[in-house]
Amino acid sequence: MSVHSDPRPTSETVASGAGTRVDLDIIADLVAPGSRVLDVGCGDGALLELLQRRRQVDGRGVELSQAGVNECVARGLSVIQGDADRDLVHYPDDSFDYVILSQTIQATRNPKTVLAELLRIGKRAIVSFPNFGHVSIRASLMLRGRMPVTKNLPQAWYDTPNIHFCTIRDFVELANEIGATVETAEAINATGQKMAMTMPWAFWNLFGQQAVFVLRR
Amino acid sequence: MTDAAAKVYDDLVHAAGNREVYNPSSPVAEFGANEPLHLDAGLDLSPFRIAYNTYGELNADKSNAILVCHALTGDHYCASPSPVTGKPGWWSSIIGPGKPVDTDKYFVICSNVVGGCMGTTGPASIKPETGKPYGLELPVITIRDMVRAQKMLVDRFGIDTLFAVVGGSMGGMQVLEWTVSYPDKVFAAVPIATGARHSSQNIAFHEVGRQAVMADPEWHHGRYYEEGTRPTKGLAVARMTAHVTYLSEQALHRKFGRNLQNREQLGFKFDAEFQIESYLRHQGMTFVDRFDANSYLYMTRAMDYFDIAADYDGRLANAFKGSKTRFCLVSFSSDWLFPTEESRAIVHALNAAAASVSFVEVETDRGHDSFLLEEPEFFRAIDGFISAAARARGLAR
Repeated sequence: MSVHSDPRPTSETVASGAGTRVDLDIIADLVAPGSRVLDVGCGDGALLELLQRRRQVDGRGVELSQAGVNECVARGLSVIQGDADRDLVHYPDDSFDYVILSQTIQATRNPKTVLAELLRIGKRAIVSFPNFGHVSIRASLMLRGRMPVTKNLPQAWYDTPNIHFCTIRDFVELANEIGATVETAEAINATGQKMAMTMPWAFWNLFGQQAVFVLRR
Repeated sequence: MTDAAAKVYDDLVHAAGNREVYNPSSPVAEFGANEPLHLDAGLDLSPFRIAYNTYGELNADKSNAILVCHALTGDHYCASPSPVTGKPGWWSSIIGPGKPVDTDKYFVICSNVVGGCMGTTGPASIKPETGKPYGLELPVITIRDMVRAQKMLVDRFGIDTLFAVVGGSMGGMQVLEWTVSYPDKVFAAVPIATGARHSSQNIAFHEVGRQAVMADPEWHHGRYYEEGTRPTKGLAVARMTAHVTYLSEQALHRKFGRNLQNREQLGFKFDAEFQIESYLRHQGMTFVDRFDANSYLYMTRAMDYFDIAADYDGRLANAFKGSKTRFCLVSFSSDWLFPTEESRAIVHALNAAAASVSFVEVETDRGHDSFLLEEPEFFRAIDGFISAAARARGLAR
């Protein structure tokens, strides 16, 4: 089994005033109270704990790193060690109201298959990811000719677990390709603010640092 | 007691290795002719009795009971000193006031399994029809039989639903069996270092152990009680073999290496020249003082027969269908008797059944026996899981 370093930004890199990551706050707002949730790539369980506290969900988690799993279980969360690419196949159809992939899709080997699996297992899939179309990343490539290393994506190209970056537009296209419907989309700019829904995709794609999508079949 | 009867009794106590078989120091639940134990072998065991211990207090609505299931050669002294060896309870590091299984909060029940030799009916017990020890006339006991007996004991306490069932190795098999046989009666389950079936390799090791016992001329086809003998040599060899499977190559090397025992150089003899030999011989010798050889045959057989999926068309997930129990599985990275893959197979089945499951693999080089040792990460997982389950059950204060 490969051991990846954590693909997600740490809580310090994207912190909101309440001490939770902005994208976690947004996800928590999107989840209906009391629903059944599977968090794929749940890390140390921060989102699951937030969802239990704020939304009283019946939450489960899958995490690649054993250290993360053990931390979750010690915190009383239902979490197993597993791999998004390999282990989703064991879950039956429609077993969750939401399957969440938070800051993890870019670290999977087969994003398309994983996305299809999320929509098989869950009635809805919530996916958050760093937007590779963000202006700072484009600038890094265009002006410096270097692979971007940002506060949000701190690893160099040779040791990043993030092997499948995409832009917001790329993601929308993938969703279309697998026949998913985009129910909600949110983008967060570099200062951690939600961007207005009225702005065009191109604007989001340029200034959205992170995106959160709710998909359904 | 007449002199002759006293002599027979003394001989039996001697042959069985300890008097706990006939005269347990612990509380005992007697089940008479009207309450037979229905065995998988198709026979009834009756009358029979269960020796057990409890720790902590049962609360008013009887919702705080934790059943602890012991392993192959364990007993019901999980949190108090063994009357045979005087050593602390085998899980006293986990069970007690303020410990992960907190006896200030929970009522812990631990019983000796059917077929055992610490007071619950087993092969050394007297068969009513003959007035002699059962020996091999005791039907083969299965894990499900053990669990069925535990259910009868739990019913005696008037407990409808167990808050948790916890156990490692053969104890973990009982935990799994509980969740399948009585799915509505188990709120939380913690199967540790175990599997949903005994592997071919594990059956093989058990068979080596049994053959060692049976090859001992003092075994007398299981009738050694009446012969006044004990197959200690065979049982010791069985234990030595089994003990190796409880450790790991790395831990053995770390502990003993190729170090010599009480000598500077090789003696060109077959004494216990290496420290590991001396250690194993000691393990074998101390084991026979506390365990009945026939019980060893029955316990190993029970594990061999264990295969949950067999009753569900070979699909383990079907066994857990609709389960409301909260599971927490624990495995140890260096355990080659019940490797992590065995636990993972159970996890996948539970996922497929949409059950609630946590799964922790603890990184350690101490092998299968890790579940009996101080492993902080293991304790934290148990503590976190049980505390969360207690909150969900409304037990937290």
